[in-house]
Amino acid sequence: MWRSTASRVVASLKNELLQSRSFIRGMKTVTLIPGDGIGPEISAAVVKIFVAAEVPIEWEERNVTAVQGPGGKWMIPHDAKESMDKTKIGLKGPLKTPVGAGHPSMNLLLRKTFDLYANVRPCVSIEGYDTPYTDVNLVTIRENTEGEYSGIEHVIVDGVVQSIKLITEQASHRIAEYAFEYAKNNQRSSVTAVHKANIMRMSDGLFLRKCREAAEKHKDIKFTEMYLDTVCLNIVQDPSQFDVLVMPNLYGDILSDLCAGLIGGLGVTPSGNIGAHGVAIFESVHGTAPDIAGQDLANPTALLLSGIMMLRHMGLHSHAQKIETACFDTIQDKKVLTKDLGGNAKCSEFTEVICQRVRDMK
Amino acid sequence: MQLYCMFKNICNTWKMISLYHMRCSSNSLNPPPAKYGGRHTVTLIPGDGIGPELLSHVREVFRFSCVPVDFEVVHVNSALEAEDDIDNAITAIRRNGVAIKGNIETKHTMPPSVKSRNNLLRTSLDLYANVMHCQSLPGVQTRHKNIDIMIIRENTEGEYSSLEHESVSGVVECLKIITRTNSLRIAEYAFQLAREKGRRRVTAVHKANIMKLGDGLFLQCCREVASGYPDITFDSMIVDNTTMQLVSKPQQFDVMVMPNLYGNVVSNVCAGLVGGPGLVPGANYGRDYAVFETATRNTGKSVAGKNIANPTAMLLASCMMLDHLKYVLLLHTADLGGQGTTSEVVQSVMRVIQSKGQLTADI
Repeated sequence: MWRSTASRVVASLKNELLQSRSFIRGMKTVTLIPGDGIGPEISAAVVKIFVAAEVPIEWEERNVTAVQGPGGKWMIPHDAKESMDKTKIGLKGPLKTPVGAGHPSMNLLLRKTFDLYANVRPCVSIEGYDTPYTDVNLVTIRENTEGEYSGIEHVIVDGVVQSIKLITEQASHRIAEYAFEYAKNNQRSSVTAVHKANIMRMSDGLFLRKCREAAEKHKDIKFTEMYLDTVCLNIVQDPSQFDVLVMPNLYGDILSDLCAGLIGGLGVTPSGNIGAHGVAIFESVHGTAPDIAGQDLANPTALLLSGIMMLRHMGLHSHAQKIETACFDTIQDKKVLTKDLGGNAKCSEFTEVICQRVRDMK
Repeated sequence: MQLYCMFKNICNTWKMISLYHMRCSSNSLNPPPAKYGGRHTVTLIPGDGIGPELLSHVREVFRFSCVPVDFEVVHVNSALEAEDDIDNAITAIRRNGVAIKGNIETKHTMPPSVKSRNNLLRTSLDLYANVMHCQSLPGVQTRHKNIDIMIIRENTEGEYSSLEHESVSGVVECLKIITRTNSLRIAEYAFQLAREKGRRRVTAVHKANIMKLGDGLFLQCCREVASGYPDITFDSMIVDNTTMQLVSKPQQFDVMVMPNLYGNVVSNVCAGLVGGPGLVPGANYGRDYAVFETATRNTGKSVAGKNIANPTAMLLASCMMLDHLKYVLLLHTADLGGQGTTSEVVQSVMRVIQSKGQLTADI
């Protein structure tokens, strides 16, 4: 009998060892990009909650204002890149895209620098924050590097514009593989490929083929394919029929925002970007809200949920669960809520209630 | 069985209606169709899936109501690679001017050179405007109420240009074409329709922040046309924000105009919001021709042949067709007793159906 106990102890020790192997001195370093507008205050809120939950993370704060490198090419600051390359994990607040600044958006720069090929948005209905849809529990995985957003446009003749949608075998293969890996690692049962291969026969046809090939390798996950319009039609009638959705760039953009709308908007939607070489940046996808910046009125939920997604990605499941429960309980309680959630509490008050719940859970 | 009973109700109601052809004031948007001996001939393309059964219901209702419309049935076999069938259908529509159709399936097993038949039909006949009117119907349970949105979608270019090539092995390019001519044309159509129907606001849906040249051109054309209609408010919205707004507050939208692919997304979202694909009719208008079908263009293979498909969308589409053919219906039922337009007839049909309590499974 003690032999079985011993083997169980050994197994759990191995598990602990696996988790802590990536931890130096017990702490993992993560790059924090507070962002603009309400970014700094919601980042501070998240850091405070993580401290209350005793999450073994050390933050390395960096700024990502675009700088011009040699040859006039716009890029992110060197210290930010260095930090991300070292830590591999980042948490980012909203970044403003200045109009007429002469450089592309910061989000685009980050995406290109770290080859962030997959945008993952889990959309789960939040109890206490009521929307007409109560049974949403799906994940949208969007290919983030090519497709309709390749930025290749030409004026053929005056009055005729051509935009090029690029679909490559490599990118489609990569995103399909990632979708199935994600489904497996997060106990999801099915993956649906969203496409328009009846109209875009070759391009979406290629994407679909790669998804089918990935499905062959992951027979334990159910695979279906559905036209974009059918998905749109069905998702607003019965979102519970969908689990993991994988799709090219444009459809992903539209559908992920649609799903965010189903659960209550960008203020409560987490998002993660997976890149090559193990890089992952988690972010809130709402705007910088300059009108309420610095007034302690912002809602940190989106960034907090992204942080929780980050913890799960890093294997810190118990901490993630604790913070998530505290956050959802606070919202469900409806006593202390920020203005956009229907209350009139300050950001700091909302944060403090979550911190207290987390401390009480120990 | 349930469907048949519902059907009989519709037919009985229509039996009380007699048809009267009247000259209405000319509609500058839709062309007058041809007519011989007091009867119109309309091309009917059954299509695949639920198309044939829905269209047979339409024919039955027309027969019961003694509608002076003859159908020229043209079959299109989606399993053939040759384009003869669809060419025949297009010729028939050119001859008759008006058609009603089911969706023709695009089989993925065919090589990519075989284009979507529906798309070929739309582009050959230059049916540049796809119009869909999404209204909350009384008696249909939905999460959102009081929706009344008109969606005008550019129907011939954009992402549906079917211009694709594999430049290098493993790299496919698909071209999205936006032209000034077509953008101006669809914007003009949208504003004219809005004015005709007494609508207040037109919203252009686009993604011009990313596709700066393509959607930028579309938006610019919409703005140009808007300046000629000072009585109508014009604004624009990015497509991802639009879908988010549609699922939270759809009542804010009035008339929406957009390029092809966004039209596909938005029209399906709106159809879902008002109760599903079985309820909303759609129309495709060109300068010389008009083709009517269900708004969401589903083949509905999973429900075909089981007598459970909802015929409302196709019936309403046939009513739109009658409107187009300029038929006005006289209602002899006691409660209405007087002249009414086709849409009022349909409303009464719907009321009868609801009161009898016999609905198809989806509603």
